[in-house]
Amino acid sequence: MTQDLSTLTSQTYKYGFVTDIESESVAAGLSEDVIRLISAKKKEPEWLLTWRLKAYRHWLTMTEPKWAHVHYTKPNYNEIVYYSAPKPKQAKYASMDEVDPELLRTFEKLGVPIHEQATLAGVAVDIVFDSVSVTTTYKDRLAKEGIIFCSFSEAVQEHPELIKKYLGTVVPPSDNFFAALNSAVFTDGSFVFIPKGVKCPMDLSTYFRINNKESGQFERTLIVAEEEASVSYLEGCTAPQFDTNQLHAAVVELVALDRADIKYSTVQNWYSGNEQGVGGIFNFVTKRGLCKGVKSKISWTQVETGSAITWKYPSCILLGDESVGEFYSVALTNHFQQADTGTKMIHLGQNTKSTIISKGIAAGKSSNAYRGLVRVSPKAKGARNFSQCDSMLIGSLCSASTFPYLEIKNTSAKVEHEATTSKIGEDQIFYLQQRGINPEEAISMIINGFCKEVFRELPMEFAVEATKLLSLKLENSVG
Amino acid sequence: MLTIRNLSATVQDTPVLKGISLEVKAGEVHAIMGPNGSGKSTLGKVLAGHPSYEVTEGEAIFQGKNLFDMEADERARQGLFLGFQYPIEVPGVSNSQFLRMAYNKRAEALGQDELDPLEFQDFIHTKTSLVGMNESFLDRSVNEGFSGGEKKRNEILQMAVLNPVLAILDETDSGLDIDALRIVGSAITQLRRSDNATILITHYQRLLDHVTPDFVHVLQGGRIIKSGGPELAVRLEKEGYDWLLEEINL
Repeated sequence: MTQDLSTLTSQTYKYGFVTDIESESVAAGLSEDVIRLISAKKKEPEWLLTWRLKAYRHWLTMTEPKWAHVHYTKPNYNEIVYYSAPKPKQAKYASMDEVDPELLRTFEKLGVPIHEQATLAGVAVDIVFDSVSVTTTYKDRLAKEGIIFCSFSEAVQEHPELIKKYLGTVVPPSDNFFAALNSAVFTDGSFVFIPKGVKCPMDLSTYFRINNKESGQFERTLIVAEEEASVSYLEGCTAPQFDTNQLHAAVVELVALDRADIKYSTVQNWYSGNEQGVGGIFNFVTKRGLCKGVKSKISWTQVETGSAITWKYPSCILLGDESVGEFYSVALTNHFQQADTGTKMIHLGQNTKSTIISKGIAAGKSSNAYRGLVRVSPKAKGARNFSQCDSMLIGSLCSASTFPYLEIKNTSAKVEHEATTSKIGEDQIFYLQQRGINPEEAISMIINGFCKEVFRELPMEFAVEATKLLSLKLENSVG
Repeated sequence: MLTIRNLSATVQDTPVLKGISLEVKAGEVHAIMGPNGSGKSTLGKVLAGHPSYEVTEGEAIFQGKNLFDMEADERARQGLFLGFQYPIEVPGVSNSQFLRMAYNKRAEALGQDELDPLEFQDFIHTKTSLVGMNESFLDRSVNEGFSGGEKKRNEILQMAVLNPVLAILDETDSGLDIDALRIVGSAITQLRRSDNATILITHYQRLLDHVTPDFVHVLQGGRIIKSGGPELAVRLEKEGYDWLLEEINL
């Protein structure tokens, strides 16, 4: 062979810069005092502090899960900074003029529309920098429809009854190690509330940025769609290039009432470490949606391209009769990245339906695993699931695994599972090359074809972005 | 148009082509025949630039430039086309998207205008009828789920779209039923012009009943052991290769 498929050279991570900004952090380490401090900084009500402390005490009794198909040195939880915020000139930004220009430039550089007039038509954005939300655009316009879209901290102040009603109802603090940790120390995130009968007129979006070297990011997102409401929500994330690992342990909870529809899309591009596997984000995230009402629908679409380690299973609990859960995923790993990702579809209501489409792409020396559970409870008459898990290998030093778990307790259930593994080979690239297409374009074409069923679920701008991102990530991977 | 001089090539250090020389002029059709493992397909792949093969000696001058100085995609853009013996599947990429991209690459190299999807739609219509292909194939993924015969017809469709200067068709006739063979044969004949050339790599005479070659070459052990006119193919079909091998040994 004159060309070596495993030859890997550097890829560029264009979001790897650090913003030089004055920030206010608490000392590294975790204790009840730190939690009290975070809670006090956020002027939280007593019940929330109690909730956090309870989660923390429970967390102390838990051990880190080991079942995932990933290997890493456990973070030292006492070396993490649990609160870091860009220092405002005042306690709260009254307008964009008060935001540090350096911070604005950061988001401009990232391509995140922070000024409303400059935004893409029809996307409202909440921007989270390290531990706090910087700004939320289009808030007033959305408020006219009765839609609440604000930072989590703000929601705690202004809509405590809603937070109290829904917080932790889908992902209880004791759910797992990282969810418990998040519940104890979460600092900010987004809150979305779509009232009964309202179709959200624009896509809502949160952009997460980790800047501080020692800080972890523990955000919490809660989206509630009341009866007949619908919303499409987008999440994007990046982090600077550091040679240490940073922990990102987020919790996302979605609640859909009768006939409500929530579509949640993620393009995850946290820093993945360098070619030798040094540095990068540990992305240990709990995302779960509750289809509480009849005919409700929750759809997850994720494009996971970054992070040193991804440990993430956006799931649906199909409680309402005839509710629908969907999971569309592209997970790409290169160099030394490791991903263990998939979903859980828990069928509780009757005639519930779920679809799982997972596309794993492994290059370099990376490891890419799909892990998915389909559970049909004894009462879930007429449940249906279709799962398709495809893996693609680029080169011969990477690995792809599929771990499907099926727990079917009702005989009327119809469950289908398909899985394939293919290899991008020199023959496929040569074929396209022989038609005049250069190797980079050929790879991009093959990968996009492979991911087509997932990409078509993404909102337009995100789909374009995702396509570009995959090509960039695989640059020089083949040949 | 194409002058191959003393071409030798290896695959994983094993010699597979051992000093091939061949001259192809504009307007000509050459047939390359030979027993299994004689190096027929290898010759096509080496000329097209398949990465598994290493050229150890010789040159192939195509329109004044040495092919071996160009990447495979550059050779294609210069007008070299290889019809694959086993066309590759590309799931999720529609045939029309693929064809248009390939067309535009060639158009760009020729300094012609690229076609947008609508213009391409009109253009492709004239080509699908040439190979008797249902237009629904354009919306399907490249070669995915195609029968052997459909894949081969798709190769000829690509050839019609790309309008190559030199087409090398590697066993395009295998896997075709009689009707498909006739359609493919007539398409190749219709695409024949005074300023292009075709090399047909084939096992059998049957494609040559539809496309009459000007020259027939027999490959054996990585060398051309005999060249002749169309009558050579007829005799090979009737008597096999043994007489020829004996003649060489004499």
